[in-house]
Amino acid sequence: MEAFGLLLHGFAVLLTWKTLVLMMVGLVLGIFVGVLPGLGGPNGVAILLPLTFTMDPTSAIVMLSCIYWGALFGGAITSILFNIPGEAWSVATTFDGYPMAQQGRAAEALTAAFTSSFIGSLVAVLLITFLAPMISSFALKFGPPEFFAVYLLTFCSFVGLGREAKHKTIISMSLGLLLAGVGMDTVSGQLRMTFGSAELLRGINFLVAVIGLFGISEILLTMEERLALRGHAASISLRVVLSVWKDLPKYWVTLLRSSFIGCWLGITPGGAIAASFMGYNLAKRFAKDPESFGKGRIEGVFAPETAAHASGTSALLPMLALGIPGSGTAAILLGGLMVWGLNPGPLLFVEHKDFVWGLIASMYLGNVVGLVLVLTTVPIFASILRVPFAAVAPMIVVSCAIGAYAIQNAMFDIWLMLGFGVVGYVFKKIGIPLAPFTLALVLGNRAEDAFRLSMIGAGGDLKVFWSNGLVGSITTLAIVLLFWPVIDRVLAGLKGARCRQTA
Amino acid sequence: MSQTDLEIVVDDPTAPEDDSPSVISSGTIEIFVCLLLLALAATLGYDNWRSGAAWDSTGPEPGYFPFYLSVILGGGSLYGLIAAFVAHRAASESFVTRAQARRVMAVFVPTLLFCLVVQFLGLYVASFLLIASFMRLLGKIALWKSLLTAFLFTAIMFVTFDIAFDVIMPKGPLEAAFGY
Repeated sequence: MEAFGLLLHGFAVLLTWKTLVLMMVGLVLGIFVGVLPGLGGPNGVAILLPLTFTMDPTSAIVMLSCIYWGALFGGAITSILFNIPGEAWSVATTFDGYPMAQQGRAAEALTAAFTSSFIGSLVAVLLITFLAPMISSFALKFGPPEFFAVYLLTFCSFVGLGREAKHKTIISMSLGLLLAGVGMDTVSGQLRMTFGSAELLRGINFLVAVIGLFGISEILLTMEERLALRGHAASISLRVVLSVWKDLPKYWVTLLRSSFIGCWLGITPGGAIAASFMGYNLAKRFAKDPESFGKGRIEGVFAPETAAHASGTSALLPMLALGIPGSGTAAILLGGLMVWGLNPGPLLFVEHKDFVWGLIASMYLGNVVGLVLVLTTVPIFASILRVPFAAVAPMIVVSCAIGAYAIQNAMFDIWLMLGFGVVGYVFKKIGIPLAPFTLALVLGNRAEDAFRLSMIGAGGDLKVFWSNGLVGSITTLAIVLLFWPVIDRVLAGLKGARCRQTA
Repeated sequence: MSQTDLEIVVDDPTAPEDDSPSVISSGTIEIFVCLLLLALAATLGYDNWRSGAAWDSTGPEPGYFPFYLSVILGGGSLYGLIAAFVAHRAASESFVTRAQARRVMAVFVPTLLFCLVVQFLGLYVASFLLIASFMRLLGKIALWKSLLTAFLFTAIMFVTFDIAFDVIMPKGPLEAAFGY
């Protein structure tokens, strides 16, 4: 039970007035960001990151992760009251949440959503508490070849398992990897792809790209749509909360199933979006009366919300233990770690115990505080939507610019952000996924370094990636995943060899 | 509990019309993007080949990784180009309608101007101008409300970043006049 003692220590680190205040500020900002159209978890964290540059890493990560929890909670408010999913992973929540609101059961639906978010996150945090130290101590034995194999696995699983057109995923990923390489080469010190520009010498900062890709482009996309909305205002009374909680044990199977799906998809780069839909669909399939889903059934809120939050939270597990983010937001937090001078990866658990356990403790505390906060303040946050977009949009633009500039104090970065905003807008509209790009940009240099260090160690022999059982099986798995669509088709072809085949 | 339910209604008077004609099809944009990416891949590929893309005794040279990535990017874009050409005749979904384009430009152009103004007058003056004019001209919000909101927001940003958190933003002549 070493983890338990360290966790208690983590709580001790957190329980100061300063951290608790930061936590509240983070949660409020997060809910705000989650409710506003055109902003969401990753954007909010990216834009507010500069606030934390002068803090110590523990306070900084506590505030940022609370922004993240807040955004997760906030997404549910708009889904249920307005039928507008604040985030892609809240789409499944609208199926039954909005009908419930229309029937005058908005308070019930909101309580269900917040409670199940809380349960989902709690299960994932428990998993992180006990699994992350084990994985990281195992990963301490990793050398460069093992790390490269794990990076390769991450990239390949995106290409092989992603739902977008393969060539678009490949374009997005290779572009991200290429842009990560701009600037000074860390191994040889040579300049690459700078074309004599002094501005490009610093390289293309990951966070600048993210602020542009998610923040600016999201505003452009939001403007395309009709911004009129109509929904319900709701306040939650203690009576409703208690009556929903009293019924919770009845739904334990749904909650547990969704938590499990969420954790699994969060750790592998599948993501919260897939998790929420899968949670919803499975709850529907196993129900005795599936046709009652979509008409305001409380399980239809429990299932996707639990899964989405379990996945959003467990995405932090690979980031903490291996330095590989499981989601876009985790990737941004990883970018933050580097800004604060921490080196993500298994050594984090050894070198920065206070930081890691402070973060894990803040996940417990942030979720409890967040639950109480959203349950009591829903009416206020729902009315944020009355603020006209014409006032919100320029404020978001200003926040983005502040964020982009603050990272390296460079005017060039503001222009870069604008450029990435346009790129993000166009890519989203023609279906080039942005997640592989983000991941590639943040991991590119580390993956390349790992590859070249293993090559130097092995004298340029590629066989090093099959030199022992561990690295060999990871590499092989990566290649299998990369060609999974082809393999899947061949297997299906063999099975139905006699039947009519379709290419 | 229906008595606690209040309606929240927000109108959007300048919403894009649904029947607005398409400016350009998605297929055309895809072809255009693929061509751009192809050009980028060629440029970066050449630069990396120049800085050494071979495999020496210690492993790959600095340009090795990016060179082959450019090849992959080029391959992907080429495939995308062909796919877009093949699909082009079948379906030409709209990339953006005229009404949508007008609205997007209504945000993009002010943002572009904002970046320019930041360069010369500093971030805070630019923010004030952006928020006030955006609210007044595009949101048709009362002038005093626009000015007040813009001033308050800019002031809060200034206090938060420049004073409380020591995150220094670009400044211009106005801040200099006040001694910052």
